[in-house]
Amino acid sequence: MLLDAGAVAIRNAVAAGEVTATAVCEMALERAARLNPGLNAFNHIDADHALRQAAAVDDRRRRGEPAGPLAGVPVAVKDNLCVRGMRTTASSRILERFVPPYDATAVARLDAAGAVLIGKTNCDEFAMGSSNENSAFGAARNPWNPAHTPGGSSGGSAAVVAARCVPVSLGSDTGGSIRQPAAFCGVVGLKPTYGRVSRYGLLAFASSLDQVGPFASNVTDAALALSVLAGPDPMDATCAHEPVPDLLPTLGDGIVGLRVGVPRAFVSEGVDPDVRAAFDATLDILRDAGATLVDVELPHARYAIPVYYLVATAEASSNLARYDGVRFGHRADPSAAGTLREMYFRTRDEGFGAEVKRRIMLGTYVLSAGYYDAFYLKAQQVRTLLRRDYEEAFARVDVVAMPTTPTPPFLLGEKADDPLQMYLADIFTVSANLVGLPAISLPCGFSREQLPIGVQLTGRRFDEATLLRAGRTLETRTSWHAATPPVA
Amino acid sequence: MRYEPVIGLEIHAQLQTQTKAFCGCSTRFGASPNSQVCPVCLGLPGALPVLNHEAVDLALRAALALGCEVQPTSIFARKNYFYPDLPKGYQISQFERPIALGGGLRLTVDGAERWVGLTRIHMEEDAGKSLHEGFLDSERRTYLDFNRSGVPLIEIVTEPDMRTPAEGAEFFTRLRDVLVWIGVNDGNMEEGSLRCDANVSIRPAGRDAFGTKVEVKNLNSFRYLQKAIEFEIERQADVLDRGGRVLQETRLWDSSAGRTLSMRSKEEAHDYRYFPEPDLPPLVVGASRVEAVRASMPELPAARRVRFVDQYGLPDYDAGVLTQSASLAAYFERTVAACGNAKAASNWVMGELLRVLNERGEGIGEAAVSPESLGGLIQLIDRGTISSSIAKDVFARMHATGAAADAIVAAEGLAQIGDEAALRTVIDEVLAANGDAVAQYRAGKAATFGFLVGQVMKGTGGKANPKLANQLLRQALEQG
Ligand SMILES: [Zn+2]
Repeated sequence: MLLDAGAVAIRNAVAAGEVTATAVCEMALERAARLNPGLNAFNHIDADHALRQAAAVDDRRRRGEPAGPLAGVPVAVKDNLCVRGMRTTASSRILERFVPPYDATAVARLDAAGAVLIGKTNCDEFAMGSSNENSAFGAARNPWNPAHTPGGSSGGSAAVVAARCVPVSLGSDTGGSIRQPAAFCGVVGLKPTYGRVSRYGLLAFASSLDQVGPFASNVTDAALALSVLAGPDPMDATCAHEPVPDLLPTLGDGIVGLRVGVPRAFVSEGVDPDVRAAFDATLDILRDAGATLVDVELPHARYAIPVYYLVATAEASSNLARYDGVRFGHRADPSAAGTLREMYFRTRDEGFGAEVKRRIMLGTYVLSAGYYDAFYLKAQQVRTLLRRDYEEAFARVDVVAMPTTPTPPFLLGEKADDPLQMYLADIFTVSANLVGLPAISLPCGFSREQLPIGVQLTGRRFDEATLLRAGRTLETRTSWHAATPPVA
Repeated sequence: MRYEPVIGLEIHAQLQTQTKAFCGCSTRFGASPNSQVCPVCLGLPGALPVLNHEAVDLALRAALALGCEVQPTSIFARKNYFYPDLPKGYQISQFERPIALGGGLRLTVDGAERWVGLTRIHMEEDAGKSLHEGFLDSERRTYLDFNRSGVPLIEIVTEPDMRTPAEGAEFFTRLRDVLVWIGVNDGNMEEGSLRCDANVSIRPAGRDAFGTKVEVKNLNSFRYLQKAIEFEIERQADVLDRGGRVLQETRLWDSSAGRTLSMRSKEEAHDYRYFPEPDLPPLVVGASRVEAVRASMPELPAARRVRFVDQYGLPDYDAGVLTQSASLAAYFERTVAACGNAKAASNWVMGELLRVLNERGEGIGEAAVSPESLGGLIQLIDRGTISSSIAKDVFARMHATGAAADAIVAAEGLAQIGDEAALRTVIDEVLAANGDAVAQYRAGKAATFGFLVGQVMKGTGGKANPKLANQLLRQALEQG
C-alpha cells in the first residue's frame, strides 16, 4: 500500500499524477480513524482540514504548477505546535479549547511544501515526560504492543509513523522527546542542531533546549522532511542563519573512513542486555561498512540528567507563567475564584497536571534568590564542561554512537510513580540538547519481547548530513526499519 | 538633629521607535485598545521575541549622550512576576549585564555645580495597561489594553549623588532635555513616556554610612518629584527624631493628598527570579556600530552652549536660553546666517520672537516668521533703512501676514528719511515754527535740543534717521 511506501514514493506518485493527494489523504484518514481508538495517538484528527489541503494540492497539479517536495504527503504534528484555526492543547487541560490564530513556522513550511496535515498527536503535557502518560487525554500506546509506552514526550508522533498512518510526523525534542519514542516505536527520529529549525509557534518547554524535528519510517524521508523544515526564520532570534545543504544527494555516499566515537565507560552501566546486544551488533555493522570505531570519553555526561532537570525546569517555570487564565485557555470559574490571586491559583491548579506542577515548582525553586548560584548557575557551568567534552570528542571522531535508551519500551504504569526512574530513561539523550548538537535515533533491532530498540548517533553542529548518511548506510545493511508493527 | 538627604533616581524613558521592542506592532499612542497587538506582545503560546534594532540604536544614543560606557556584550534577562497586564508572566529586561554603565550629568543648582553619576542604562519592554476605572462594570472588572505591551524602554539609574529635592528635579529636567534633544524620547510625562522613581534616604549630617532607603514611585512631573522628595525627607526625619527606624519599603506618591503612602514592605518585595532570556541571543554591539550612532548624533546642548559663546560671542545666559531645544538653536543659527549679526539675532529671537510665540502658545516650529525673514529685518535695521522702534511694528506685521520685511517697509513707506535735503526742509520748518525754543537753546538751555529733535521726528512721521536728524539740527542751530 502506498502509505507504507514512504514520503518520497507518495510525493513522486502525486507529482506524476498516478494518484491524487485526495486519494492518499483518504487512505491516511481511514487508517488513522481505524487505528486511533487502540493507539490514542491522535488528540485530534481533522478530516476537513486535511481534505481541503489535499484538494489544494490536486488543484495546483491540475493547473500545472510545480509539486512541492512533500506534495500530497500526509503528515501529523505534535499537539504543541500551533496550527492556525486548529485546536492546540499540548495535551493539557489548561489549553483544552485553545485555537491559535497563527501557524508555527515548521507547520507553515510543511504546508508550503504541499504536505497534508491529518491531525495533532498526543504527547506528555507540555512535552514533559518520557512515556506519554502525562497527557491529560490519556497515554498513547505503542503500536508494537499496546501494553507498552510509545515513549515520550512525542509518543503520538512516533506511534502514528510506526503504525503507518502517516509517513512523516513532527515532534519536539527537549531532552530526548523525539529520539526516545522513535527508538521505542522502531522509526527514525531526528533532533536537529539547536537553531536549525525555527521554534516559532512551538509551545515552549525549555527554550534553550527545545528543537522541532521529524519522525519518518526511513532515513530518506527524514532527510526530505528536514530539508523542508530547516533554515533561518526572522520570527525566531535563536534560529541559525547557517545555510542548509541539499541532504538527499549525499545519502548514498556510504561511510568509508567515518570515525565513530563510542563512550564505552558511559554506556557500560545500567544498560539492558537486549539493548547492549543490539548496540554492539550495530557497531559491527558500521565497522563492516568502512567506519573506524574510536573510544571516546564524555566525563561529564554522567551529570547530564541533574543538569538537565535544573536548566529545563528553570526555563519551564518561566515559560509556563503565561498560562494564567487571563487572556486565553482555561480560567477558573470566576464565581468560585474571588481575588486575582485565587483566580491564578485555581486556574493553574485545575489546568496543569501533576508532572507539570512538579517541574514548575522545581524550576521556581532553582531560580529563587539564594539558590540561583548553587543550582542554575552551577548547572550552566557543568553544561559548559559537557560542551567541552563533546568538542574534544569531535576533534577525534565524526559521530558519537550510543544506545538511544538504556532499556526497551517499558510497560505503561511501570515507572509512573517513580519520577527519578522515569528521568533516567533519558540518560543517553539529554546531552545532545544541553550542548545543542544534532542527534538521530535509528531502528537497530528488537528485544526478546519483540519491542523495538534504537541506536543514537550524535554529530557536529549543523552536520545532520553525516548522521543521515550513516543512518542510510545502516538501512542498506539491515531491515529493521522495514518491519511494521502487527496493528499496521 | 540635622540630616543630610541622599537621593538617587530611576527614570524609565520610552524609546521613540516606530515599532515595539520585540515585534512589528506600532507604538503609536492613543489608538483604540488592543488594536496594536500580535501573538508576540500578547504572549500567546509559542510566540517568540525578535529584537528591534532601532530600539538598540536609540538606547546607544542615550548612552553616548550621557557619557556612558557602551558594553560590547549585553544580555537580556527575564524578570518573572504575575500580573494581568504582563502577558508572558515575565518582563524582558536586562539584569546582570546591561547595555551601558557609568556616565552622568553635570548640574548647576543655586550657583553650585554637582556631578550626578549614572550606575547604568538597561533596555526593557513595557507592560500593558490595566484599566480599573471608566467602565460601567468597573466595580467588578478590570479591563486590559495591550497596546503598550512590548513598547521599548530604557531605565536610567543614577548613583545616590543628589542631596536636595531641587537637585533631583534639576537632574530630571536636564535629563529630559537631553533625551528629547537627541530624539530618544518625546518627553511626554502625561502620556507616561517618561516616568521617574526616587530612592530617598537620610543620614545624620557628617555621617558617611547611608540610611535606610525608601523607593518612591509615581513621580510623573518635575513638581511631584520635588514635592515627594521633600515630603519623604521630612517624614523620615520625623521618624528618626521620634526615636523610630525608617523601614525599607516602596511608597507611592499620592499627588492629591500631597504625601507618600506605603505600597509594600521589603518582606513583601518580589523575588523576580531573573535569569538570562533564552529566546534572545546576547546583544553584541561592535565599535563600528557605536561610531555610526555617534556620527549620527546631534550636537549636545552643553557642547552647543559653549560653541555659541565661542563662535558668536554671546553671553553665557543667551547661549543657555538658545540651546534649550534643538529647534530653537537651529532657528537662531539660520537667522545669524541670514543677517550676519549674532547679537541682534539673539536679542530678536529671545525677545520679540519668543514673546509672540509664548503669547500664542506656539512652538518654534510653528513660527510664522522664518529665520531668513527675521534675518532680512535685522539687515534693514543694520543698514539704517528702518529704526529699531519701527522694526517692532514691521515684525508684528511680518508675523501677521507672513510677508518679508522689505516688502512691508516699501509698501507702507516706512523707510527712514536719510535724504539730507528733505530733512533740512523739515528742520527749517521746525525752527521757524518754534522761535521761542530756538532762542532758549541759543541762550544756553541745552535741554531744549531734545524737544526740537522730537518735533523733527514728529514732522517726518517718525521716519527720520535719528543720527542724521541730530547732526543736521545741531548744524542749523549753530549756523543761525
Ligand atoms: Zn506585537
